[in-house]
Amino acid sequence: MNAGLTSAAIVVVVVATCTIGLWGMRLSRTTSDFLVASRTVSTAWNASAIGGEYLSAASFLGIAGLVMTYGVDMLWYPVGFVAGYLVLLLLVAAPLRRSGAYTLADFAETRLGSRSTRRLAGLLVVAIAWLYLLPQLQGAGLTLRTVTGAPRWAGAVIVAGVVIGNVLAGGMRSITFVQAFQYWLKMFAVGVPALVLLAVWHHDGSTSLTSAAFPTFRTATTVHIQSAVRLDVTAPQPVVVHGVVDNRRRDGEVLLTAGEHDVDKGATLDFPAGAAVPHADGVPRTTGEVWATPFGGDQGSHPLFRIYSLIFATFLGTMGLPHVLVRFYTNPDGRAARRTTVVVIGLLGAFYLFPAVFGALGRLYTPQLLLTGQTDAVVLLLPGAAIGGVAGEVVGAVVAAGAFAAFLSTSSGLVVSVAGVVAQDLLGGTVRSFRQGALLAGAVPLALTFAVPQLPVSEVVAMAFAVAASSFCPLLLLGIWWRGLTAPGAMAGLLVGGGTAVIAVSLRIAGYAPPGWPSALLAQPAAVTVPLAFATMVTVSLLSEHRAPADVTSVMMRMHAPELRAG
Amino acid sequence: MTGPVRRTVVAHPQTMASLRRRGRPATGRKGGTPPTETGQDELDVLLLRILVRAQLSLALRLAAVFGCLLGGLPLLLASSHWVRHAKVLGMSLPWFLLGVVIYPLMLAGGLLYVRLAERNEQDYRDLVEGTR
Repeated sequence: MNAGLTSAAIVVVVVATCTIGLWGMRLSRTTSDFLVASRTVSTAWNASAIGGEYLSAASFLGIAGLVMTYGVDMLWYPVGFVAGYLVLLLLVAAPLRRSGAYTLADFAETRLGSRSTRRLAGLLVVAIAWLYLLPQLQGAGLTLRTVTGAPRWAGAVIVAGVVIGNVLAGGMRSITFVQAFQYWLKMFAVGVPALVLLAVWHHDGSTSLTSAAFPTFRTATTVHIQSAVRLDVTAPQPVVVHGVVDNRRRDGEVLLTAGEHDVDKGATLDFPAGAAVPHADGVPRTTGEVWATPFGGDQGSHPLFRIYSLIFATFLGTMGLPHVLVRFYTNPDGRAARRTTVVVIGLLGAFYLFPAVFGALGRLYTPQLLLTGQTDAVVLLLPGAAIGGVAGEVVGAVVAAGAFAAFLSTSSGLVVSVAGVVAQDLLGGTVRSFRQGALLAGAVPLALTFAVPQLPVSEVVAMAFAVAASSFCPLLLLGIWWRGLTAPGAMAGLLVGGGTAVIAVSLRIAGYAPPGWPSALLAQPAAVTVPLAFATMVTVSLLSEHRAPADVTSVMMRMHAPELRAG
Repeated sequence: MTGPVRRTVVAHPQTMASLRRRGRPATGRKGGTPPTETGQDELDVLLLRILVRAQLSLALRLAAVFGCLLGGLPLLLASSHWVRHAKVLGMSLPWFLLGVVIYPLMLAGGLLYVRLAERNEQDYRDLVEGTR
């Protein structure tokens, strides 16, 4: 990969992001401009902006990586990411916009008239946003290191810096323009390379991806080990090693015997063409046929439960993501909110046709990622490996630029929503407090990036979905459609559902993985925590009936009454 | 979207009767009369309840359809050897379903919902205008 060209592409994205942001700043005058772009953003701009904001590192890099590693079952991630908008459209979009609230915390207060519910909701918004920001910044570190060799912290610092700076400068209005631009950039950066790659694959003779063979190196391949890895070798394999293998410095040909081998950071391994690919510890070794079949490979315990739990988390979690909801308040009215959401479903569906192409072709052209375990990098490395030459470098640079657009846009949205909560609930709602909130919103996850180990980006993002589905989904659905919801009920549900989900996710991030059911539950808790949250909210609300807000009728009317002037 | 079509209001006969009974004189709210009569407030609430019920049942019906389609798919894939291994247009059926077909299907569901939900709201507006 050409580091100069790729760096240039990344710089162009960063500069373009800042320029459009500054352009937006000239238009930002009041606090209302900062917070919700004065609610005058058109459907097309808004839908593109929602798409741009939503397509994160998980969508751009993570899905392809998961598909490459685990196969067809991972397509439930993108399906769930889109289906979440369908649920949002059916049950939430228009009433939420009409409620007039700006954040989830606002909604809790408007509907339930309770300051403490508002504060609890605000805390959960911050927790979900930080959980979601973490993989974005880690993904940025991985990307910059993969394409330029820069140290891992560099990418995270650049993304955090650009986002905080941009939000400080222009707030939400500029972010709307930036996000809309970034949707189309990402669409181009994933769609065009995917089509080129399919053409190359066809030209190379359409090698079957679903044969009964295990992955092999198509050509002689040099693998650079960027972080220490334990390899699982199935048959003796001669390789040329420069570096430390099994605690011994080697320079020359080594026969890797069947069994496990530890390779240290900084080593290079030269594999001859046709050699079987040793897999990193934890990466399942499957034939193309097994990989391509649902429930084919070894995906840990209880795969069917995990898929249903993922469905729960993504279908119901989307509506509870802070950066998704904040965007709805920029629609002029409830009807526009619905129409915008449908356009978003179309835009996202079009995007998600492509990542799987990278995941599938990655097994053919960049099988060394199964060895290093860094399959999240497949989207970045595949163009160079499959196309080669100047064309490969150009396509690779385009993809890297798209990846940076993904980190920047999602992080911007999350920082804006955390800043909104902090400004409104802690610091008094001025432009100045919004800026202080933005600083806090970006700095904490940046610090966390250095403290916790790297996990697959899509997995961490799915955890944020699980927490959102277990807390805000019941709050929104019951708050919008059920008059009986009370403040004590809502708080109990948020605490029980959100609390259990946060505990499960924290244990998982900390690396706790007991065998069997507990492991499946910790990895995908939503199928249990979501019903638990609903049950708690309903039960406690029924028990505290006398605490129902006095103005529930008028609040319900405001949420559900269509604007009387038909557009 | 089709042009403005006059729609027929469908409601329970008793509801319609009560709407007609409680109908307010044509002055309207902007005519200067403050909305003191509780009759109008009750009527507004009643009309809105009809709308909320219609919107909720529409949303739940569509959610049920998609819940069965998407929610049934993992079970189908897990239980049917034939579906796991079938081919469509040279592509494996599970990949074709999960990677391609499902997205336009969801878009169609969304478009249908917006159409029907806006129709419900138009019916509501017609009712409101009919009672003022």
